[in-house]
Amino acid sequence: MRSDPADYEIVAPGNLQDVVMLMGDNPGALLPIAGGTDVMVQYAAGTLRARKLVNIWNLPDLRRVEVLAAEIQIGAGSTYTDLREHAVVKSEFPLLSRAASWIGGISNQNRGTLGGNIANASPAGDSLPALLAYGAELILVSVRGERRVAYRDFHKDYKKMDLAADELIRAICLAREFKPYISYTRKVGTRNAQAISKVCMAALGRMEHGVIADARIAVGSVAPVPLRLMETERVLNGKRLESSIALLARKTAAEEIRPIDDIRSTARYRSAVVGNLVAEFLERLGAPAAGHE
Amino acid sequence: MSDSVSQCEFSLRVNGVQTFVRACSMERLLDVLREKLGLTGTKEGCGEGECGACAVLMDGELVDSCLVPVVQAAGSSIVTIEGLAVDSRFRALRETFLEYGGAQCGICTPGMMLAAVNLLDKKPAPTMDDIREGLSGNLCRCTGYAQILEAVAEAARRGAAR
Repeated sequence: MRSDPADYEIVAPGNLQDVVMLMGDNPGALLPIAGGTDVMVQYAAGTLRARKLVNIWNLPDLRRVEVLAAEIQIGAGSTYTDLREHAVVKSEFPLLSRAASWIGGISNQNRGTLGGNIANASPAGDSLPALLAYGAELILVSVRGERRVAYRDFHKDYKKMDLAADELIRAICLAREFKPYISYTRKVGTRNAQAISKVCMAALGRMEHGVIADARIAVGSVAPVPLRLMETERVLNGKRLESSIALLARKTAAEEIRPIDDIRSTARYRSAVVGNLVAEFLERLGAPAAGHE
Repeated sequence: MSDSVSQCEFSLRVNGVQTFVRACSMERLLDVLREKLGLTGTKEGCGEGECGACAVLMDGELVDSCLVPVVQAAGSSIVTIEGLAVDSRFRALRETFLEYGGAQCGICTPGMMLAAVNLLDKKPAPTMDDIREGLSGNLCRCTGYAQILEAVAEAARRGAAR
């Protein structure tokens, strides 16, 4: 059932400070709306519960990427197109720019935002495994000030976040330390554009003297939240890249995920695919000459 | 809530003309264009940002107008298919869509052409992969896509991108 626009109101203060003040005065009563690629879909379906919204689309304080010496701070209102086009994101965080390139189509990329992908909290969010692999941190803002949290601890359970009723995600911070890493990412779905992933993996790895010095593997759509495969990483780190280790890594990954059957795929298929992607990542790690995925 | 309370006046440029509309803040740009401004060239397909039939340019960027509440379009410049239709720069695109059978039932065509214009603006000499990606958010249930992709490629060869 189509919703009636007269039942809704979007307030548009026009700057971040006023948005934060409004949210502080009405905790939990105002749903932030940026590019609308999730909120307007719920509105169209008649399932949008919030009646009062606050517009955060195109706020200058949310839509910029600050490049600092040790990290970049991506404004939560940056669109996927912004990420695809940003020189530092492209060169130093290719997992993120690649993920941005296969979210929706061009029109969705022009409107969907990184903060929105996080706040919508779908386990299938395509940008989220990249954020996990890069060890992202979030800056959250409210009238009480700012706090900084590890993204890994932000999604508590399916659609549950470490976000107070009056808080807004302001920026996503990525440490600039991944240039020496091999990056690997792959979306497995019916089609890259528009289709939601059956499985999406983002992984980073660094070899030292023939030994895996650091492997970082994150997967979407295989658990209630996007998952970093910590056990699998433990199996790999400090080891030589041998077939027995690859086999053990596949097995560990399959045990670590908690996939389900749903309209897009089955738990069995997802489990098999995760194993195959881990193996493909390790092949890439062993033969970096093959280049970046 | 009575209309007089919930409606505001919004100002936007539509196809080059400064326009004022009274609407609720949540009203979809798609409905404002079609129902308040009579610009029915913009089509509604899925209504959830999957099909691209309602695509328009907002400040030069391709967006699905079904996902834009009008408050977010206030102050912006919108180009719809009616704007393209009278723009001499897009003659080649109009011709090739006809020549190559890029339009059949016509529902996806306005969105396809807006997506094509957006692509050619950014990449005047696109590869076939560029074209596929540029149009990947637009669904067509008639043509099987090949004719549309060819039409865009040929329009680019004829210098559609100004």
